[in-house]
Amino acid sequence: MVSASPMIEVENLSVNYAGKPALDQLTLDVRRNEILAVIGPANSGKTTLLNCINRMIETIPSASVSGTVKVDGHNVAEYRDPSLLRRRIGMVFPLPVGLPMTVYENVTFAPRMAGEKDRTVLDETVQRCLKQSALWDEVKDRLDDLGTRLSGGQQQRLTIARALSLNPEILCLDEFSIAVDPVTTMKIEEVLKELNENMTIVVVTNLVLQAKRLAHRTALLLRGKLVEVGDNEVIFSRQTADARTFQYVQGLFG
Amino acid sequence: MNASPFATSARTATNRRVESVGKTVLAGVTALLILPLTAILGLLVIRGAPALSMEFLLEAPTAGMTAGGVFPAIVGTLWLVGVSLAVSAPVGIMAGIYLNEYAKANWLTRMVNLAIVNLAGVPSIVHALFGVGVFVLFLGLGTSILSASLTLAIMTLPVIIASTKEALAAVPMAFREACWTLGATRWQTIRHVVLPNSISGILTGVILQVSRAAGETAPIMFTGAAFYLPFLPQSVQDQCMALSMHLFTVSTQVPNVPEAIPYATALVLLSVVLLVNMFAIAFRTYLRRNRKW
Repeated sequence: MVSASPMIEVENLSVNYAGKPALDQLTLDVRRNEILAVIGPANSGKTTLLNCINRMIETIPSASVSGTVKVDGHNVAEYRDPSLLRRRIGMVFPLPVGLPMTVYENVTFAPRMAGEKDRTVLDETVQRCLKQSALWDEVKDRLDDLGTRLSGGQQQRLTIARALSLNPEILCLDEFSIAVDPVTTMKIEEVLKELNENMTIVVVTNLVLQAKRLAHRTALLLRGKLVEVGDNEVIFSRQTADARTFQYVQGLFG
Repeated sequence: MNASPFATSARTATNRRVESVGKTVLAGVTALLILPLTAILGLLVIRGAPALSMEFLLEAPTAGMTAGGVFPAIVGTLWLVGVSLAVSAPVGIMAGIYLNEYAKANWLTRMVNLAIVNLAGVPSIVHALFGVGVFVLFLGLGTSILSASLTLAIMTLPVIIASTKEALAAVPMAFREACWTLGATRWQTIRHVVLPNSISGILTGVILQVSRAAGETAPIMFTGAAFYLPFLPQSVQDQCMALSMHLFTVSTQVPNVPEAIPYATALVLLSVVLLVNMFAIAFRTYLRRNRKW
């Protein structure tokens, strides 16, 4: 049964940046169609983990990686062309990076690079993605404006729309709410819950409450090691397997 | 009653004085810079004006260079600049793209970069000797427009590579990362995002080399430029006259040249460079429209 296997399987993953360890023997599964939150203090390896899933880690010259990451049962290292892997995984960065082109071109960039030329298909993609990211009503008359002219919160939703443009099976968000106001954050969280119906979502967040609101399961990383991963009912209770989880979630870490 | 928080203190007064002095000094230095430039240009115009005419632009030199015009030299300079940039611009830009976008940060890349910086500082007479040795003699191209242009291309290459790299490095890394994450290949990223946003900087580097290629005398003197030719070049295998070379000839090599001719020649050289640059700048402006981030 393929569909029962985890969507992402991380096994014994270790990453060093110029000898400095960032991830240490991490083993973690992400189930199909779940929202997994990854929490942990700074330098615990959360972003590094995301970078290993879509092989962006390779663009960092000082990084050396060992261990395996499987997406949909296939070792990501076996993709001869990493862009084929990256097209299956939507990725959203902490600070929105609007590409220096129009809103329309921003959203259609990935499909166009993947070879889609049909204007009607691209038009539909723009409408679908901007609606999914709760941005359509605000920008439907500004599709030919530069993406970089939108406000910060709109740009962040634009990057989400862009990440959705290839109908990815997996969506990873790295602290998406850092540059976004609380109202927009709640809007995006609603969107993520809807998308989750046919998408596996990994959310890296510094906001413990966001993990609690949004995720089915939560993983706590600490200095590159997995402390605990479990259902939110457990992680956000007194019955955590590891005492540090309880302390971190309660803000008692010190 | 408390002092107003906006009242002038001794500190703010000092700051204001420093500000105004600093501004005056910087403006003064800028004015000093402009002065010799306008003086040179004024001198050229005043001294050269008597010789300037349509005939001067459209006729060949006559009477042993002491009369007639500079037309063959204008044509020769355009040949040399055109052919040399046709070689050095694409090669330099491609090398710059490779070095900035693809090359790994290892010792070999560092050596290559170091070599490029040093090459940019090599005196043009050394390039001239290299050109004679390699293009004229070894490759058997003879003294020709091709040899002279290739020598000029070698001379302008390092600067074009360096300015291309700089223009590419000015494009934020985050743009590239965003593209890669979206499944764009390295080349797609360069083609659709990096180049459109650095092309004006790259072209600025090329434009600056137009004046250098047109102005240098040493590299073309032994490789393809002639003192005097009774005909216009028909192909890159011919020799040609050149404005820079002609200026050198009429000011130092030929006796009894009317004073106005060298000045007028220099003025024409400047105008040709300016004209070529204006085309390049217009092209750059055309490419740059709507590009902002």
